[in-house]
Amino acid sequence: MFHIYCPYCEELREEEEFHPKGQAHIARPTDPDTCSDEAWGDYLFFRDNPRGIHHELWVHAVGCRKFFNITRNTVSYEILETYKIGEEPRFTAEHPAGKPTEQAAAEAEAVARQEGVKA
Amino acid sequence: MSDHTLTCANVYDARPATEVPAESPLAWSYQNTGRPSVSEKSRVVLRERAMLGHLILRGGAIVLDDAVRQVLGLQLPGRPNALSHDESGERSIQWLSPDEWLLIVPGGEEFELEQRLRDALGDARDTAVKNYAIVNVGGGQTLVELEGECVRELLMKSTPYDVHPDAFPVGKGVTTVFAKSNLILRRPTEDRWELVLRRSFADYLYRWLLDAGAEYAIGVEA
Amino acid sequence: MNQSVKQPNRLGEGGRIDRARTLSFTFNGKRYTGHAGDTLASALLANGVDIVNRSFKYSRPRGIVAAGPEEPNALVQLGSTEAAQVPNVRATQQALFDGLTAQSTNGWPNVQRDVMGLVGKLGGRFMPPGFYYKTFMAPASMWMTYEKVIRMGAGLGRSPMVPDPDVYDHLNQHCDLLVVGAGPAGLAAALTAARSGARVILCDEQEEMGGSLLDSRERLNNQPAAQWAEQVLAELAECDNVTLLARTTANGYHDHHFVTLHERRTEHLGETAPVVDGYCPSRSRMHRVRAGQVLLATGAHERPLVYAGNDVPGNLVAGAVSTYIRRYGVVPGTKLVLSTSNDHAYRVALDWHDLGKASGREVVAIVDARQAPDGELVEQARARGIRIITGSAVLEAKGDKRVSGARVATIDAEAFKVTGQAETLACDTIASSGGYSPVIHLASHTGARPTWSDEVLGFVPGLVKGVHAAGSARGIHDLAEGLADGVAMAARALEALGRTAGSIELPQVDALREGAACALYQVPHEKQTLRAPKQFVDLQNDVTAAAIELATREGFESIEHVKRYTAMGFGTDQGKLGNINGMAIAARCLNKTIPEVGTTVFRPNYTPVTFGAIAGRHCRELFDPERYTALHQWHVEQGAEFEDVGQWKRPWYFPQVRAEAANGERESMAEAVARECLAVREKVGILDASTLGKIDIQGPDAREFLNRIYTNKWAKLEVGRARYGLMCRDDGMLMDDGTTSCLGENHFLMTTTTGGAAGVMEWLELWHQTEWPELQVYFTSVTDHWATMTVTGPEARKLLAEITDIDLDRERFKFMDWREGKVADVPARVFRISFTGELAYEINVQANYARHVWKTLFEHGDKYGLTPYGTETMHVLRAEKGFIIVGQDSDGSVTPEDLGMQWAVGYDKPYSWVGKRALSRSDTRRTERKQLVGLKPKDPKVVLEEGAQIVFDPDHAIPMPMVGHVTSSYYSPTLESGFALAVVKGGHRRMGEIVYLPSADGKTHAAEIVGPIFYDSKGERQHV
Repeated sequence: MFHIYCPYCEELREEEEFHPKGQAHIARPTDPDTCSDEAWGDYLFFRDNPRGIHHELWVHAVGCRKFFNITRNTVSYEILETYKIGEEPRFTAEHPAGKPTEQAAAEAEAVARQEGVKA
Repeated sequence: MSDHTLTCANVYDARPATEVPAESPLAWSYQNTGRPSVSEKSRVVLRERAMLGHLILRGGAIVLDDAVRQVLGLQLPGRPNALSHDESGERSIQWLSPDEWLLIVPGGEEFELEQRLRDALGDARDTAVKNYAIVNVGGGQTLVELEGECVRELLMKSTPYDVHPDAFPVGKGVTTVFAKSNLILRRPTEDRWELVLRRSFADYLYRWLLDAGAEYAIGVEA
Repeated sequence: MNQSVKQPNRLGEGGRIDRARTLSFTFNGKRYTGHAGDTLASALLANGVDIVNRSFKYSRPRGIVAAGPEEPNALVQLGSTEAAQVPNVRATQQALFDGLTAQSTNGWPNVQRDVMGLVGKLGGRFMPPGFYYKTFMAPASMWMTYEKVIRMGAGLGRSPMVPDPDVYDHLNQHCDLLVVGAGPAGLAAALTAARSGARVILCDEQEEMGGSLLDSRERLNNQPAAQWAEQVLAELAECDNVTLLARTTANGYHDHHFVTLHERRTEHLGETAPVVDGYCPSRSRMHRVRAGQVLLATGAHERPLVYAGNDVPGNLVAGAVSTYIRRYGVVPGTKLVLSTSNDHAYRVALDWHDLGKASGREVVAIVDARQAPDGELVEQARARGIRIITGSAVLEAKGDKRVSGARVATIDAEAFKVTGQAETLACDTIASSGGYSPVIHLASHTGARPTWSDEVLGFVPGLVKGVHAAGSARGIHDLAEGLADGVAMAARALEALGRTAGSIELPQVDALREGAACALYQVPHEKQTLRAPKQFVDLQNDVTAAAIELATREGFESIEHVKRYTAMGFGTDQGKLGNINGMAIAARCLNKTIPEVGTTVFRPNYTPVTFGAIAGRHCRELFDPERYTALHQWHVEQGAEFEDVGQWKRPWYFPQVRAEAANGERESMAEAVARECLAVREKVGILDASTLGKIDIQGPDAREFLNRIYTNKWAKLEVGRARYGLMCRDDGMLMDDGTTSCLGENHFLMTTTTGGAAGVMEWLELWHQTEWPELQVYFTSVTDHWATMTVTGPEARKLLAEITDIDLDRERFKFMDWREGKVADVPARVFRISFTGELAYEINVQANYARHVWKTLFEHGDKYGLTPYGTETMHVLRAEKGFIIVGQDSDGSVTPEDLGMQWAVGYDKPYSWVGKRALSRSDTRRTERKQLVGLKPKDPKVVLEEGAQIVFDPDHAIPMPMVGHVTSSYYSPTLESGFALAVVKGGHRRMGEIVYLPSADGKTHAAEIVGPIFYDSKGERQHV
């Protein structure tokens, strides 16, 4: 049972209120009609299954009904941050402790949101 | 064809002009499950506020705020999960999401209110309208009030949301899980809690409340 | 001292029991008495009951070993009536109440002498791990039979066969700090947190809070330790910010500090919850706690030593003996031998000795594995003249149904051998202590690996962020240090919460200096482990040291594999007493250290939780939400049979009382459906269609959004018109369908399938929020706001005309138009949409007025033969017309083209709508895709089975290639024939071909592939 900070409701809510929607940042090819079968197949069916940091799309289904992203460690289940659609994650596989400070400062607010919900 | 269908949005008064028997979502429950009477032992009292006007407002906060102030004299709550009332306490507006609010007003006011809001928001006949939506949802939900010393414990049996006064002060409202369904939970005053139930789930939730409330001798005001 | 005649082992004074309140109880059919404050275990010991069970595998007699949740033997079945049966309750955790009835869990037909004992005796030596698998493997088909007999003999308790009369519930709790365990560390921590103003929950699994303080020899502030505990508890009870939960076990630690606590609220009062003030409170309660921080003060379990015959009744864990004496005034024997590796266990000998010679109690000897023990407790024992045998251990307990002696010899623990001649000491009780294992189960549930500490001689918990351990739970067994640790760890947790710890003055402890313990797990025997008498490691699962040794010889090197092979630490035991000893033995056999053998993982639940507590209030009528339409009462009053559609209750059919039947007998389903079908085709029927999902769509880009999300075109749909649409996922597979009406230039009303409503709503939001946020549009669910009544059949127009002001002229209100006006004086939107193929009007009114409109229709409908129909008739009628049901005729692998619905696909729409690209993938272009067709059985009386597999060649050898299946199949009263819809490989080009449907009863039906429309193929009737 996760405890998830909804970046729109601006508070921690129980997992029961949310639906997971799979891997985040899956971009639909901009011109599907000229996209190859293989590229379209990748978009439809292929997903990462990393051990460690993973970005996931969730929706606050019983709540504000907004979609947002979660950066989660698939080993410890720790949620490192939650962020709105259109925002960039601060914690990534390349920067598991957070992106370098310059970038981080701009995004610090987003991170603070999940504070206190460490696995 | 009625005139309304020529406009951008179809708006009309869903209430009959003549006297027609109407039934709240709990009508069947009262008949089938009954209404335990309120007694001195009742540490929870349930009261339905049936047939109120319920409107959903969708749009940008700034645009809607102007219209709501102008029409209702109420400020649009901008903070997440905020609930505010007018001075009479009879009209309320609640934040549901960054672009969604719930307006509850005395039954019968909702149609005129919708029209006035639409007028204030820009002419609905203008195709270059601002982006907003107003939807009458009054037939689909009902409001139930709970009062009494054991309300908080009853709520703790039912919802994973934290109902401790530190976490749930007066003037808050949230959409959350309740038993195996969901509802809107609000706290308009120190002693009173409100539940906004969806019509189709109302009977299940009513039976849940009576069952969970039995040990507090829950009573239902007719 | 006086001793009760009836309770031979009860002391005349002392303990925390109330001797003035005598309670009677029944165990294995025999009546006994005990006192208020007893557990069932202490009462059984007081009565001198040695054998409480038969062991799981070898069926050996077993007695009580421990005093807490770690008890492996005293598992009982509670309940005097069938309804009150509760299996696998630990007697050590069950408070005694008057009238308690319990039975041994194992030991069919009885504990004194049983059938399995024969197997145990005959085959005992020859029952290695994997015995059952190896012995009863062949023939495989007999395993079920073997298993039944073995299970009956082995016994695992049983469930009641009748409904439970009690109620259970859940309580959702939130706190800043959850403290698990109300012993010294937990109390100190809770007090610290309470004074800081934080929201605190303190839970403890015992009847009384206080933990080891309740039976401690130590004094705090120069008063008995229990008194300090009482003072702290009194202060905590006064705090508004503190919730105290006694009799409450923290059983599972889940993600992000979500902890489930099982509170036994009335289990100590009776076998069912007593009625209070006319209401039945919940018998037990699951607290679902979301904590900010968690402090584990779960204490430690004493490890027994592993020696031959250590399972004979009369062998106890040392600390348990003290607990029984000091807390319950029960002394479980007369002559004690203590075998220990540490100072702490000396308390047992002192407690026993101090009962006095006059009581008939004697400490025969303390057998200490260390060469030169020197702590203060050792000195106290020496001063009392107790014989201390150093450098030695109890090798073997003698006796059958009760310990009769202890064979003692000097040992070399390091070399694992006996070095001296064994001496046999006559005794009836052996207490053993191999040290203390911190209770790390909850910390382990979080996934954090424990680490071995040579200093503690045990695993200490691994801790994820926000979890703290204090006191014995992390190996700090000294009382003064444990109290200080509780305060320090609470302060750390509070700091993490952004709070400052309140001040707390620690009590003065009269500390005793303790000498160092030595590492001793399995005691060597003169014979090799495999040949020595059984030395038990896990008493509950009957795992011996020899079994572990054998497992390592058979190649099981990881402790996780050893566990699975031997069953060590399985089930309700979760390795509380045996795991560390088992790992030490595996380590010895593999010549590794304990941490090298691996760590151990514990899983929820720590102790068994009743299904009642897990289910809570979610049972019987409240098991799952039932959704009702506004017309539900009418349906019930008309005697409708209901069908579950998702959570909705929909009328399935309306059986009428047979006209000719005098006894009020009602129609069969087939009769009712035939009558309802004909009524719609010939006159007029009415359906409650309120459950269809309805979504209000407003915004300047509403139309563009529809163009992208539906497969078909929406650019030219005029205000006042409706259109059927298909919705696909981006893989091109159909996910939902329905009609959408244009209410205004920027305003649409979408309908969805009943089951798909919530999913479609989320789907629209997904695309809007993540792909097309630039589109100006809003979606609002209005499913519950509108009630929908479908009036359909040739007479529909005449009926509706009687009660509406809407112009129903067929030219001015055409098929797929919608109009608004009044129906039965209620404002309504009426849609001319047909799912039956007949003239049809879907009347939508605000749900509060639905029953009025529905009743008015019936007031006017009699003369037209108005007939209510349910979902079954709806299915027959739509299938006759070849109208699909998403999820029945499609299954997530079906494209609009597979359904032959190219007419609803806008191939040339400008935007590459959802699902379009996938329709040109190689997979979706295959000619052998399964395609929707109609099937006409050769024999018109046959109704094919839904789901039946289709083959082309019925004479093909089995397995026959299966080429499709029946998706919908009914008897049509209109066609007077069975008919079906099916998906068949390449079906669209196989019209007229014959296919075969072999059925389970051996019959094979033949059917012709035909088009999916069976009735009014030109679609004229809906246009009349």
